[in-house]
Amino acid sequence: MSAIVIRKGMFTTVQDGGRTGHAAEGFSVCGASDRRTFTAANLIVGNRPDESTLEFTVDGPTLRFEEDAVVSVCAPDSDPDINGNRVPVWTPLRVQAGDVVCAGRMKYGLRGYLAVKGGIRVPRILGSRATDLRCGIGGLEGRALRNGDVLPVIPCGGREYERVFRRWRILNRLAPMTNEYRTEPVARLLPGPEADRFSREAVGILTSCTYRVSVDSNRMGLRLEGPAVVQGLRTDIPSGGLQEGTIQITSGGTPIVMLADCQTTGGYARIASVIPTDLPALAQLRPGEKLSFRMTDRGAALRAYRLWRMKIGFWERGIGKYADGRSEC
Amino acid sequence: MEFRQAGLTGVVCFPGGATGDATADAVAALTRALNDAGIRGALETVPGFDSVFVRYDPLRVSEHGLCRKIKKVYERIGEIRTTCGKTVEIPVCYGGRYGPDLAFVAENAGLTPEEVIRIHCAPDYRIRMIGFLPAFPYLGGLDERIYTPRLETPRAEIPAGSVGIGGTQTGIYPLASPGGWRLIGRTPMRLFDPEKGALYAAGDRIRFVPVGPEVFEGRDP
Repeated sequence: MSAIVIRKGMFTTVQDGGRTGHAAEGFSVCGASDRRTFTAANLIVGNRPDESTLEFTVDGPTLRFEEDAVVSVCAPDSDPDINGNRVPVWTPLRVQAGDVVCAGRMKYGLRGYLAVKGGIRVPRILGSRATDLRCGIGGLEGRALRNGDVLPVIPCGGREYERVFRRWRILNRLAPMTNEYRTEPVARLLPGPEADRFSREAVGILTSCTYRVSVDSNRMGLRLEGPAVVQGLRTDIPSGGLQEGTIQITSGGTPIVMLADCQTTGGYARIASVIPTDLPALAQLRPGEKLSFRMTDRGAALRAYRLWRMKIGFWERGIGKYADGRSEC
Repeated sequence: MEFRQAGLTGVVCFPGGATGDATADAVAALTRALNDAGIRGALETVPGFDSVFVRYDPLRVSEHGLCRKIKKVYERIGEIRTTCGKTVEIPVCYGGRYGPDLAFVAENAGLTPEEVIRIHCAPDYRIRMIGFLPAFPYLGGLDERIYTPRLETPRAEIPAGSVGIGGTQTGIYPLASPGGWRLIGRTPMRLFDPEKGALYAAGDRIRFVPVGPEVFEGRDP
């Protein structure tokens, strides 16, 4: 069955956990920029954690569902409604045939996720449903949503909704999947491959100053405005691998933080990497907003990451096994 | 072999090498060996120009454990052979509307356009790595006679399939993209397939084959 896009919102794409296994051929991983909120949106409706969802930007889309469904809207802030009646965020929602779901408008934060139980069932390209905007593949025809688009989804009835809601109530009490948005985040870093090319003073600048997100930022990365980490130094390297979270220092001396759509390789020195649990907050920053960095140690980074993965594992076990293509509905 | 940390989930290996070619051989051999070995916890192996980047799950393998396993895989590689991988022929229509900078490259080199084409087609170029865009090959082996500086101001859009020279490098733009390379020709070939991925991999070779403009007949300009 379908969900019809009545209004596309500001900028909405189909994203899943990302396209892995093809980086050596130059394919960016893509997928959700804020991995935490995206994962929560999926688990809340009883999806696998990396299922395809809609990632929306500030002003979310409006969809009409042809048949019953179960959805969630997760974002730092939003005011979703069904048929004009306000519904809560970070909660499984019952959708009935013909209902019009509006993801809402974000007063703060940048990206939100609308998850549908069973996922957005566009064709997989190279194993993933993520939209790669640069090369126009994946998601819905490799592009952002337009008014009138038709999204393939799975119908889900009232009984299934009851099951999802009950499970969510229990799991959310024991291991809450809730909004963790904060302004002016401090992102913890671990050293990058070229860390020792930079003087202690340079690293000190990166980890003591406040930076602002530039308007040139997008899903590929955050370009930052602020004190140059180095001056008048060539920062070229023979091209090497990148992943989201990597911080490159350009020859101008300013940092760029890689995000989901980043290139697979880059030619600038990689001074550090944002640790995985701290990257989602950066994907929520609007141009002009502030952030800062500080170095951490592997032990702390690993502990935070392990806690996050354990939480996901706990929810997955609570939700039970599911096979791709087989709906519980 | 040198290992460097790339945050919590990455490791970069520098196999070293006395010459550029030796390094390229080592990078290609290590990439192949890692893909074959399938180390538990290693998620993705990406060859760079002089390094191999491995993304991994730190809950399945420790950084220390991963480096140890990579080192073992590398030591077990027998003779590092240069001649691995396949050769892919890329038909190129040189000059005219498909190669607007061919005349400049020729003049800059003090050669005729025909000589530039002959020199450009002569070698089998080794793919050192793929990056920047899907199927964008970083090629080694451009003849230094046709090294040409990049454009002062990059073009806002280069047509997909454009073959160009940028400084000491040559390559192909698989997709329309902004760029500062000098365009000497264009290929009608689709360099990646959404079903299967790129047409070639790091370690393969590319041979440019000159063809006439009829290959573009009936297509959009």
